[in-house]
Amino acid sequence: MATIVELPIQSFEGLVDPDWCPGCGDFGVLKAVKMGASKAGVLPKDLVVVSGIGCSSNLPGYVHSYGVHSLHGRSVAVATGIKLANTDLKVVITGGDGDGYGIGIGHFIHAMRRNLDLTYIVMDNQIYGLTTGQASPTTMKDARTKSTPQGNVESPLNPLALAIVSGATYVARGFSGEPNHLADLIAGGIQHKGFSLIDVFSPCVTYNKLNTYAYFKKRCYKLEDDKSYDSSNAKAAMDKVEEWGDRIPLGVAFRSQQPTYEDSVAAFKNGPLVHQSMNIDKGVFETLIEENM
Amino acid sequence: MNEVTVGIGGAAGDGIDKSGDTLAKACSRSGLHGYAFNSYQSVIRGGHIWLKLRVGEEKVYTQGDHLNALIALNQDTIERHAPEVESGGAILFNADKLKINIPIRDNVLTVPLPVAQLAKPFPPVAPVMQNTIALGALVFLLGLEFEVTASVLADTFKHKGEGVVKQNIGVAKAGYDYARERFVPLGYKWTFTRKRRPFLTGNEAIAIGAVAAGCRFYSAYPMTPASGILTWMADHAERCGVVVKQMEDELAVANVAIGAGYAGTRAMCATSGGGFALMTEAIGMAGMIEAPVVFVEVQRGGPSTGIPTKTEQADLNQVYGASQGDFPRVIIAPTSTKDCFDSAVESFNLADKYQLPVIIITDLQLSEHPETVDPEFFPAQVPIDRGEMVTEWDAANGPFKRYAFTKSGVSPRTLPGTANTMYIAATDDHDETGVLISDVFCNPAVRRKVAEKRMKKMDLALRDLPAPKLVGPANAQVTLIGWGASEGLLIEVAEQLNASGVTANCLQFKYLLPFHSREATEILKGCKHTICIEMNSTGQFARHLRAETGHSVNDQILKYDGEPFEPGAVAARVRGILKGEKLSLDVSEAEAREIGYHHVRVYMNEESRPGRITKAAANGFGEPVWQIEIVKRESGEKQGELSVGVETGSTYSWQPTT
Repeated sequence: MATIVELPIQSFEGLVDPDWCPGCGDFGVLKAVKMGASKAGVLPKDLVVVSGIGCSSNLPGYVHSYGVHSLHGRSVAVATGIKLANTDLKVVITGGDGDGYGIGIGHFIHAMRRNLDLTYIVMDNQIYGLTTGQASPTTMKDARTKSTPQGNVESPLNPLALAIVSGATYVARGFSGEPNHLADLIAGGIQHKGFSLIDVFSPCVTYNKLNTYAYFKKRCYKLEDDKSYDSSNAKAAMDKVEEWGDRIPLGVAFRSQQPTYEDSVAAFKNGPLVHQSMNIDKGVFETLIEENM
Repeated sequence: MNEVTVGIGGAAGDGIDKSGDTLAKACSRSGLHGYAFNSYQSVIRGGHIWLKLRVGEEKVYTQGDHLNALIALNQDTIERHAPEVESGGAILFNADKLKINIPIRDNVLTVPLPVAQLAKPFPPVAPVMQNTIALGALVFLLGLEFEVTASVLADTFKHKGEGVVKQNIGVAKAGYDYARERFVPLGYKWTFTRKRRPFLTGNEAIAIGAVAAGCRFYSAYPMTPASGILTWMADHAERCGVVVKQMEDELAVANVAIGAGYAGTRAMCATSGGGFALMTEAIGMAGMIEAPVVFVEVQRGGPSTGIPTKTEQADLNQVYGASQGDFPRVIIAPTSTKDCFDSAVESFNLADKYQLPVIIITDLQLSEHPETVDPEFFPAQVPIDRGEMVTEWDAANGPFKRYAFTKSGVSPRTLPGTANTMYIAATDDHDETGVLISDVFCNPAVRRKVAEKRMKKMDLALRDLPAPKLVGPANAQVTLIGWGASEGLLIEVAEQLNASGVTANCLQFKYLLPFHSREATEILKGCKHTICIEMNSTGQFARHLRAETGHSVNDQILKYDGEPFEPGAVAARVRGILKGEKLSLDVSEAEAREIGYHHVRVYMNEESRPGRITKAAANGFGEPVWQIEIVKRESGEKQGELSVGVETGSTYSWQPTT
């Protein structure tokens, strides 16, 4: 295996600065994305950061790499196309909980089922921030938001549990208040061959007064500190990711090595599609016509 | 022209497709031309399937107006189609199960086939063998060669082993010999040129064109009638090096194709109207981030789920209106099966050259009907133009401007993986480098220039596209206007009109966007009487033509019952229009019979069918009515009478015979 060349994180510095609210959790995630890409030995030219729409989906604009700031909920599908067209690229998806777990949840589940080699970082602030504070799929029960003034009657989705049952092969949780820890999770996700989900508590300081930095600081602990925890055991991982309340685990909850979707595609035997000849073999072409005669 | 039209009818699952295909290929291998249309229902078994195959020594463009020979695989087919068989023709049927129980025309040969007896030497024989026996008999009656038919059967069943091949050929030969011993051929004298031509559908021609043009990524979600492209691509994926990805929905289909196109692979996806509706937001994204992608919209009868297995051209407004905002896009409506191949090649080149989404719009009839096409129309080597690309960039030149404001509007493109040309492709509006101008940086001047840059590409693309042309005699009494797949229909309608003393020419539109407004206006100025012919109920293209040229067509011929136009009926309507005849929307006698069948299907059973039909006065219903007798299929005994409004088509009453 080639040695990893870690570029300084300034190499990933985007053209413009973020326009997030001061104190936004996404700043910590942005820093961790750059650190994680650096630690994983990715070059900016080989990195594609794909996002949907929402505050956190502005992230690719602040990273020096290729990127697509796509449509609301569609980032995973766009990323799938990019990866299949050029398997040499490292494709990282970034977005929020509304984008990924609400409008985009169909693509999310199917991408995990396929075990595509993609890294998905969800900045989970449990609220719709860009639209000024409505309930999201991870908003806690009874939480009062602009769209649930009497309290949220729905139960929140558990993205980690969903990821494990859907076939994701690297399932982790980070906290933007711990960017160094998060950077390690992201580097691990990028290096992992298969679909990785990194759900990140990324507090919205403007619209979510419940799930704040203090809220998570008080509750979060790291799975790495528990030497007995076996992240290769899916059943144990399911129990672990159900933990919520006084103690919330951070770190890699589940990891397994499975063949990726890309491994099974015949056309990739000759390398990435973009590098293959566009001209069809004359003999092959003739069979396409002949078989209709 | 020397030609024959064969009809094969039965229930779904009777193997009608296969029989039609064998006969068509046998004709084609002898050097004849063919065109088939299969009128089917959205059921896997049952229903009424009706395949028409027209064969001629010269090119045939439609399924035509005639019926010369009928293979009936169930009683329903005899009742519905036996009376249509023209004098000099023949009706072939399984005499073990079926009988001719209704009046047929004079001088029509009836060929009852003792299927069980003929199939006896070939046990075990599947029920579909009745088709093969009838096929063999028909080959004799039509003066075709048995050896050629046998060669087609051999190729068709090769994959099932020698036993199955032998059995099929044997059964066909039994039918052939039976007919030879008892009947005189119908009198067709063919000149067999032996020129072999592929017999294929529009969907297949699009798929073949795509792989020839270097398409290496295809995504889809199953939807009739676009699924043919998916199955073709899946079957040929390995041979052609294509990644075929069935996605979870059409949102994913469109977005994954755009991702692949952005990353540098030639990518295509296809669907029908409902799926296209889900794709529309993504199409706007392709326009905004300037990613080349080809979309195929194969129309079926709408609105909503509509009539999924029937043909229509009513999604034109949808493709024009797909996605919010102004953005550049090309819309191409292939005019024939051959043109499906050309349009696919062209679409990929236009998509790359102008970095935009290209929409190919076809319809069920074009996409699913097979016809013979001269093999020279399918070259292996086609022009591939990837447009302006930047493959190297020296960082000393400063930041790369992916969306550079150029005079042409085309900004040279770079692919991810290229050093020093990193940029963000954003759906928010952006400046030359890709930095957003949507929120805090919003700037009216930059917005104006980037919007103009994008749309300039349309002017340039228009110059690449050939303008529409008037085909046929100048100064004709009538100009037939169509768009997309109706080209062949219009050719035949014009031929019929010209032969009957009405001079007619044709104006067919293939490039719907950008539109040749100037050229079209110029042509239309010289036309005496324009009639726009399209398969929808509101005249969508005529309205668009008016918007683009200011020309209101004099008349329209519209069809929206799901079945394709027949040239004779269109020509008759053109003559009617010229005589000033008003269009009647009344239920015709043939339609009254179909309404009778619908009643039988919903409320009765297989033992009944419509019988005598008479028109009666209002009788308290507020409009004249068709009185449709429903009779026992076996005995003809009257079971009751249905009253259907001539004007509204409403079923007013059902009076059982007491």
